[in-house]
Amino acid sequence: MAIIDHEAELHRAGANITGLRSQLVFTARRYPLGAIGAIIVLTFVFTAVFANFIAPFDPTSTDSKSSLARPGSVFWLGADFMGRDMFSRIVYGARISLAVGLGATLTGGILGVSIGLMSGYLGGGFDLLMQRLMDIMQSLPLLVMALVMAAALGPSLENTIIAIAIPLVPSVARVVRSSTLSLREQPFVEAARAVGMGELRIAVRHVLPNTLAPLIVLGTAQLGSAILVEASLSFLGLGIPEPYPSWGRMLSESAAEYVRTAPWLVIFPGVAISMTVFGTNLLGDALRDILDPRQRS
Amino acid sequence: MGSYLVRRFLLMALTLFGMSILIFVMLRLVPGDIADILVDAAGIADPKEKAKIAKELGLDRPIIEQYGQWIGGLTRGDLGFAYVSERPAIEEIAPRIPISAKLTLMALFFSVILGVPFGVISAVRQNTTLDYFLRVLSLSGLSLPSFWLGLLVLMASVHWFGTIPIYTNEPRGFLQEVGLLAIPAAVVGFRSSALIMRLTRSSMLEVMRQDYIRTARSKGASNTSVNYDHALRNALLPVVTIIGIEAAFLVGGLIVTETVFNIPGVARFLVEAIRWRDYPIVQNLVMLIAFVVVTVNFLVDMAYMVLDPRIKYAD
Repeated sequence: MAIIDHEAELHRAGANITGLRSQLVFTARRYPLGAIGAIIVLTFVFTAVFANFIAPFDPTSTDSKSSLARPGSVFWLGADFMGRDMFSRIVYGARISLAVGLGATLTGGILGVSIGLMSGYLGGGFDLLMQRLMDIMQSLPLLVMALVMAAALGPSLENTIIAIAIPLVPSVARVVRSSTLSLREQPFVEAARAVGMGELRIAVRHVLPNTLAPLIVLGTAQLGSAILVEASLSFLGLGIPEPYPSWGRMLSESAAEYVRTAPWLVIFPGVAISMTVFGTNLLGDALRDILDPRQRS
Repeated sequence: MGSYLVRRFLLMALTLFGMSILIFVMLRLVPGDIADILVDAAGIADPKEKAKIAKELGLDRPIIEQYGQWIGGLTRGDLGFAYVSERPAIEEIAPRIPISAKLTLMALFFSVILGVPFGVISAVRQNTTLDYFLRVLSLSGLSLPSFWLGLLVLMASVHWFGTIPIYTNEPRGFLQEVGLLAIPAAVVGFRSSALIMRLTRSSMLEVMRQDYIRTARSKGASNTSVNYDHALRNALLPVVTIIGIEAAFLVGGLIVTETVFNIPGVARFLVEAIRWRDYPIVQNLVMLIAFVVVTVNFLVDMAYMVLDPRIKYAD
């Protein structure tokens, strides 16, 4: 007969852990890939916030003498054809990626939550209309929709954020709507209504917080997609305009011409994009496992 | 079933109609139209000249009239004239469709061939080193921008072979075409294969916990038989959905890949047309993509019935 050592089992499950530090260490041991993701994402955010302290050069200052300088002790990751330091441009590029990624995910999230909550809660004609609108928006791939929107709005930082945010709305709205539909039949909503709470207050205070777990999971995935779409738009010349150093545009500038002569112009910005998105994906997977156990892989 | 189909077709038509309005209005929001671009390119600053071009292209007419003319033509198979080349839009678009279609099919083939078996292996060997490796590989597939992957492939081929395998002339014969499209297809398909692998893995893991799998094992069925005949068949349903959705959504990946590899397909043409404000081309291409997406979604729903006889669409 198997003997269960309760103390050992409780210890293994982390029941005796107190203090933030030991909790972090425990979570990191349990989700090692997620911890790596969190470190990458934190490094990315840190780089973006403190870019002016980290970057050794001004990312926009040109110097014809250093045109296409190889990576070395002065220019760690080389210099582009205008003699601009690649390392500084990549460090400042993190700001653009973070601004667009967070901006688009939050804007799309707020719009999607509002539409999804109202759709699920009000039902009827409003719901029907919104669902058809979401159908229409989802009939184009994310990048195609963002491309058309970016072209319609014109190139600027704010417009790129909006162009990426709008195509993200339907998936958020659908997730919130379906959670709301099942939540509004729950006894706690009935109880809130019975004590005389207003519908808007029930929706915001009681229904919304219960949809947060899948939303956080979706939001992390969308952050990665938003960064990738921004890079693609800028690569195609329809995203962030000059003089902002965008990782995607760095690749379009260097793409065909310098593949042979200056490969560092192609390699490093791509590594920056891939590492950042990889980090958000790892973190997103771990968050899904923690917050949404039904989908646990 | 009959009335389900009718309802479904009406919904598809409604979605496409909505998309036509959305794209038409969005394009008219663009600051500066083709007349501006042509006038700028020719170095003319005369407003009369610009007005003449706008009149020739019908841009001075009310927006509703322009929309009516476009939709009316579309229902008759007349897509209008491309502003830039001044040729019928259908003549510009039609020859590019087969190229993008072939690229999509090859990318899809690549992603299924890699995604499904790796997903099964990853699930069967859950929590082993191989599983971790495959999971990290699939996550990296979702993280690499496909245009960068394309550029790396070009760089590698320059380094090792001294040439770039891009589409310059019309390929001679089937084999040469397959050779030219294989690398871009693999680049686009890598991302989809990662998605398919992840879904196959999680779907397999869920199915393998079911009672009938335990029953099959206790009856002495071999591992291969349990994994492939019992588990995979039932795990495939969500995988088919994602394959279907990816088939339509690969167009997003094609946009950058066709640009990198210089492939004269539909997706690269869309980017060029957007840059030139060539409305007839952009409108019709967007409608074509939306049509493919809604049709594929419909086909996926129909495929459910074949794969899972328990699913019946009620009237």
